[in-house]
Order: sequence, then C-alpha cells, then structure tokens
Amino acid sequence: MTAPFPTRKQEEWRYADLDALQPVWEQLGEPERIAVLPGQSLEQVWLPSDDPVQVRRVNVRLGAGASFRLFALNSAEQYGRIELEVDLADGANFEFFAANIGTGLSTNEIVSNVRHLEPNASSRQAVRSVLNGKATGTYLGKIEVARDAQKTDAEQSVKAMLLDRGATANAKPELEIFADDVKCAHGATVGELDPNQLFYLGSRGLPPADARALLLEGFVMGLWDSASEPDAICEAAREALRKVLA
Amino acid sequence: MLRIENLHATVAEKPILNGVSLSVPAGEVHAIMGPNGSGKSTLAYVLAGRPGYEVTEGSASFDGHDLIAMEPFERAAAGLFLGFQYPVEIPGVSYLQFLRESLNAQRRARGEAELSGAEFIKLARSQAALLGMDAEMLKRPVNVGFSGGEKKRAEMVQMGIMDPRFAILDETDSGLDIDALKAVGAGINSIMRKPDKGVLLITHYQRLLDYVRPDKVHVLQAGRIVRSGGPELAQELEREGYVEAAA
Repeated sequence: MTAPFPTRKQEEWRYADLDALQPVWEQLGEPERIAVLPGQSLEQVWLPSDDPVQVRRVNVRLGAGASFRLFALNSAEQYGRIELEVDLADGANFEFFAANIGTGLSTNEIVSNVRHLEPNASSRQAVRSVLNGKATGTYLGKIEVARDAQKTDAEQSVKAMLLDRGATANAKPELEIFADDVKCAHGATVGELDPNQLFYLGSRGLPPADARALLLEGFVMGLWDSASEPDAICEAAREALRKVLA
Repeated sequence: MLRIENLHATVAEKPILNGVSLSVPAGEVHAIMGPNGSGKSTLAYVLAGRPGYEVTEGSASFDGHDLIAMEPFERAAAGLFLGFQYPVEIPGVSYLQFLRESLNAQRRARGEAELSGAEFIKLARSQAALLGMDAEMLKRPVNVGFSGGEKKRAEMVQMGIMDPRFAILDETDSGLDIDALKAVGAGINSIMRKPDKGVLLITHYQRLLDYVRPDKVHVLQAGRIVRSGGPELAQELEREGYVEAAA
C-alpha cells in the first residue's frame, strides 16, 4: 500500500518538486533497506541515472560497531531526492558525502534523519551544492540523539555555491538531543565564487570558464577524498559541473 | 618591451595613479620604490588587469600590444606574470593541477603543444628545486596552510614554471627571512635575467636589490614617478627616506 501523497506542510517535503513527484509516487513503494551487521563495514557510491526524476528512499540500520560510508551525487535534470533514515547502534559509524549539482529549473534535495539510538556512535555528513540558473538545492539534515546515547559524536557540514541570482539553496541542519554527554557540530554556508580566486587563476592564464570550472571542481571533489574507488563519482561530478556551466 | 605612458587609474572611483610614465626595455630590471599608499600595488594590478582597477587615461603596451584591452588570461598567455603581494588560497585545488591547467591554457593560446602529465611533473620538480622548495608541497591545495614565506617562494616556483617574458613582482620580498630572500633573489636572476626578458620589481626596501641588481630605480609618490636613477638611488632612499629623496 502506498503512503498518502506528501504535502508541503510536511517539513521534509517543504522544498520538494511535488509536480515531478506525482507521476512516480505510486511506483516508489516502500523504502529500500540496507542492514549492516554488527562489526561489518560497507561502502557504497550512488551515481545519478539519466532519468529526469530520480527519487531514492533508503532505510539504513547499522548494528553495534558497524560502519557505512556512502558517497552520492544528486544531479537530476528535473527532480532528484535522496532520503535517508539511518539508525545507529552502539559504536556504529555512518559517513555521508554528497553533492547536489543542478541548473535550469531543477530541484535536487537531500533529506536525512540520523538516529543515534545507543552510546558511542558517530556520524559525519557533508553536503555541497552547486547551483546555476533557477535551480534549487536543499539539505534537510536531522540528527536525533536518544536519551542513553552518551558519547555520541555527530557532525554536519553543508555548503552551497550559487552561480546565478535565480538559484536557491536551502540548508537546515537540525539537532534533537536527549543525552547530556555528546558532541554535535554543524555548519552551513552559502556563497558565490570568490573574485580574488578568479583573478588569481586568470593571471596565470586560465580563461574565465576554465577558472570557474576549476574552482567548482575544488569545491566539490574534496567530498570523495576518502572513497576507495572515487573515479566513477569524480567523473560523474565533472560531467554534471560541465552541464551546469554550459 | 613594457611601455607605460601617462597612465591614470582609479579604484572605486578614487584616483590612485596620476600619470605614470615608464619604459622597461628587454634585458632590464627596473625597481619601483615608494611609500605606502603611493600606488605601487595599484600599478601592478592595473598592468595585470585586475577587475575594479579602471584606467581612465593614458596607455600601457607590451611588445606593441595594447595591454589594457586584454583580459588577464590573455596577458598571461602573452608572457606577462604578476607575483602577488598576497598570494590567494584555493582550498580543494592542488597546486599541480592548478599550474598544469594554467600552463597548458597559456600554451594552447600561443598555439604550442600541451605538456603531458610526466613532462609537467618534471618541470615542476626542477623549478621547486631551484627555489629550494619541497616539491611535495605542490601536491597540497594552492597556498592553503602555507606560511607567508612559503607563499612567496611558491610564487617564484610558479614564475619558473610559466617562464614568462616579463614579470611584475609586487613586494615579493615582504615576509621573507634572509635565507628565503637569498633563494628568491637567486631564483629571479636565474629565471628572468635574460636578454629577451624584463622585470618590474616593486618593493619597499632596498634589501632585495642587494640580490637582484636593478638597472634603474624609480620612485613612485602620489601616483606619479617623481624621480628615476641608477641602482645608487635605492641606497640613497634607504639612507634618507622617501621625503628627502623626492625633494
């Protein structure tokens, strides 16, 4: 049975492109499930497809001491959404590095809810958005720390680069903490390309388009530094940036 | 090679250069000295084409080409290099990638073949060695976490790699200890002291000029060159200060 169609009043759907979602809603069904057993580790790279609308909803459960490292590129032409529910048991570790890259009228969003259910777990999320035209890029990241999840270490970093006055970035890191001995850090910035950096690159011979591409590559590519096989996602991100700058 | 005539320029509509005239022939090193706020850095930025620095009157040409009409990247491809007083940090972009792409962009613009990865690494290593810089530093993001002295050395490594025909060095000596000053001085001589090249050395102090002997020294004050002379003028300035020397 399909869940009722969402409305904008629901915080997690507030910035969604519901018109684009409508035709695919029936097919979405239940979220995908990923379980990482106690002590095991898993790494995944999620690449975009060619579909104009791409919605991926995933429930992740990490057992005690398990770790999951996820790298994702969200760059649908019309509407892209990555939705994560992550449950962390004792000592589990979750790392998420993702980019929204969009142009035109596209909406790309990442909505995560990371639940530290037991003590000693850590989570780290970094999201970078590059937006041109009238594109929207969103990160809604909620972290819940349960009452006995002491020694939780949770970190969120979200940065967006707007290349056009018409582009929009939404960033909402959110913390809900019921334990008292935890470390939770979050930061959000929205900016434009730095004219000093552009001039520096220009003075060394890079034409403006190449200089912009290099700066944006630097802004995004750092996300994949810790991936064991970064080539595919680096190439996909470069391709997405090329389209955004075209 | 570089010819500046009656150059006037404003920054945020405020006049900074008020009629600079200066000519640097090939094979010569000219020093520009002057007090803070005299327009030294503005002159450097105007010549390199920094946005926001407006030329309101006069001209600057490089090998007969109108410099002011060119974009910054075109000036670089034509063989002009600016050594920055405050080199810019670029997180996420490695020095090697930045320099290889820049050099190859210049080479493409000149119709020359691009350097392969291996050829470029070899060139970068040899130029880093010339300046006494650990080549491993070039794997790091551009200038991020570099000390003031390391940034200035890295500027000179960049100059060695680009091998420009004309260099404008804006207070390259500031922030350098004596060993770094010697290394940078030797680097400038070895890269730029050639019959077909020229240098405009902008500095506050005479000490760099002990290592890079200028052919001419000019004093810039209130956006104008008020005095020109041989290398002995730098010593006079050092002794007597700008006010006395200009009088």
